[in-house]
Formats: sequence, structure tokens, C-alpha cells
Amino acid sequence: MKSFSDRILGKRSSADDAKERLRLLLVHDRTTLPPGKMEALRDELISVISRHIEVDRANVQIEMTQDGRSQRLLADIPLKTVVRRGE
Amino acid sequence: MSGKVITITSGKGGVGKTTASANIGAALADLGYKVVCIDADIGLRNLDVVMGLENRIVYDLVDVVEGRCKLRQAMIRDKRLNELYLIPAAQTRDKSAVSPADMRRVCDELRKEHDYIVIDSPAGIERGFQNAIAPADQVIIVTNPEVSAVRDADRIIGMVEAEEKGPAQLVINRINLEMVERGDMLAAADVLELLAVDLIGLVPDDQDVIVSTNRGTPIALDNKSRTGEAFRNIARRITGEDDVPFVAMENSNGFLGRISKLIRSGN
Repeated sequence: MKSFSDRILGKRSSADDAKERLRLLLVHDRTTLPPGKMEALRDELISVISRHIEVDRANVQIEMTQDGRSQRLLADIPLKTVVRRGE
Repeated sequence: MSGKVITITSGKGGVGKTTASANIGAALADLGYKVVCIDADIGLRNLDVVMGLENRIVYDLVDVVEGRCKLRQAMIRDKRLNELYLIPAAQTRDKSAVSPADMRRVCDELRKEHDYIVIDSPAGIERGFQNAIAPADQVIIVTNPEVSAVRDADRIIGMVEAEEKGPAQLVINRINLEMVERGDMLAAADVLELLAVDLIGLVPDDQDVIVSTNRGTPIALDNKSRTGEAFRNIARRITGEDDVPFVAMENSNGFLGRISKLIRSGN
């Protein structure tokens, strides 16, 4: 139960937890990709893209998002800055 | 006349499908429409007892399908409402005794003389669900504001769309307003946002539903009950009436709800 002090301190209610868990659960339920496979997908994407361009691996973010009843895979792939030396 | 077939389903068991079917059927009949409720849960017959008609059963849906009786003989007339009928499920058979084609044939026959055919689907996503959904013109999904029920509702919504029976409409049943207000229950708006589906009813969590089920009298026929009103409002929305208010929401966030809460907390 969420008390007054919890609200002041901005603690999450159990309903907030339920909503957040469902949000993640449903996007995966609606596709064939289980949550545990996201990591593998991320690694494979990075390796493919890295063949063409240098990727800032540590900051790659991939997530499934909900848009009405359709899902999309969002990938934010920062690139390494190449310092060009004068030729 | 060509009646409309409305299937009530959920995925998860125990969310209130049968109660919703009995009450929506009764409320539609109370509005003056000719209604037949069909219990499609073969082997786990229950709509009869919720409607209070269990003592009148002679024939059931499987008897109709297998030609042991005429359709009319399996239709049990309600005690209170002249234009409300029940076709009970068989108790001693399983779901394979009826096929989706059988359901379509029975419903096509019923459409000729009735305005609404309300089908109470079994839980699950197998044969019984396929049977219940096959003749549907409109699918209503019942859920509770609770993680497992919402998850299963989402699966079912997807399946209804895949069967081209969509868009499904949602009834959120057993909303406990006090729990919602203290942040311990998903609010209706959260459930709707997650499922991205149209809403057709909000029903409060109410012990009187158990009392009315004990007696075999649908709560929708109790004009003083707020829960009964919630079911009557669903029936009105089914008939195409616009701007029917959502009772449960008003009392939680509305002015009167807040005032009464202030008075209570002042004790």
C-alpha cells in the first residue's frame, strides 16, 4: 500500500510496477521474440553494422515499443567519431 | 430479422465471463429485445445456474447439434423475462462434441427470430474458444485489472483480430476503487492504454454479485444496484446508444466520490 509519505518521496506504487511489467511483457508476447533473446539480437545487430561502420558498442540501445496494437523495434546506434587527419 | 451474435470471452478463467454473459443477456432482454444466451462451455456448464434456470434443463446444445431434439426444445425460457432464453451446455460431453460449423448453423437459425444471441465462451484458446468465436458479429473480452488477466486479454485480442472478428471490445470487471485510489490496482485508463482496445464497460468489484448469483437472479435486474447499472449500460452500448456514462469511473474520481471520502477520512 502506498502511504502519504511514499507519495511525497515519489516511491512507485504496486500499480505502477504492474503497468511497467505489463508494458514490457505485452510487446514481447505480441511478437515471437522472448525478452531473453534481446541481448543476442543486440549483439548480432552490432556485429553486422560494425562490418560497415564503427559503432560505439557500449551505448547501443535496442528496445521494443508499443504503438497502439502494433510493435516496433527501436535501435539507437551511436557511431564512433572518426578523427580525420590531414592528408 | 437478422440478430446479432455477441461472444463474451477472456482467455483467463475466473474473470467473470459467465456473470457478464448472464447480466448482459438479461439487461438486453429487459430493454425489450429478444435474446438467447448460449453456454458454449461444453462439459463445464455454468450459465444455467448463474441465470437460475438449472432445474428446467431437459435438452442441451449437444442434443441440438446431434439432432436429438429441435432447437426450440433446448431453449429454456427465463423465469422473469419473457424474451430471454438459455441454451445450456452439455455436462457429460467435451468440447469436441461441437464444431465451429455447428455453432454457425445454430446461430444462423436463431438470428431469424431473435435480436441478440449472447455466447458465453469457455476459458482458454482451444476448441471451445474457436467454437464460441466462429459465429460472432461482435466480441467482448472480459478482464480484471490484474497482470495475468490483462496479459491473457491481450493474447485473446490478438487472436480475435487474426480471426477477423475484431475490433474486440473490453469489459474491465471487478474494479476495486479504493485499491485504485491508493495505487494498488491498475486503473481502467492504464489497462486501456496497455491493451489499446475499445472500452464497452467498467464493472465495480461488488460482493452483491455473489449474493445475486447465490439466488440465481442477475444483478442487472436490480435497479438499485450500481453494478447492475454498469451491466445495463453495457447492454445500452451494445444496442448502439451513444454517450452512456461509465459509472465506476465517476464515483472514483468525481466530485461526490471525493466528498464522501473526505467525510469518511474525517472520522
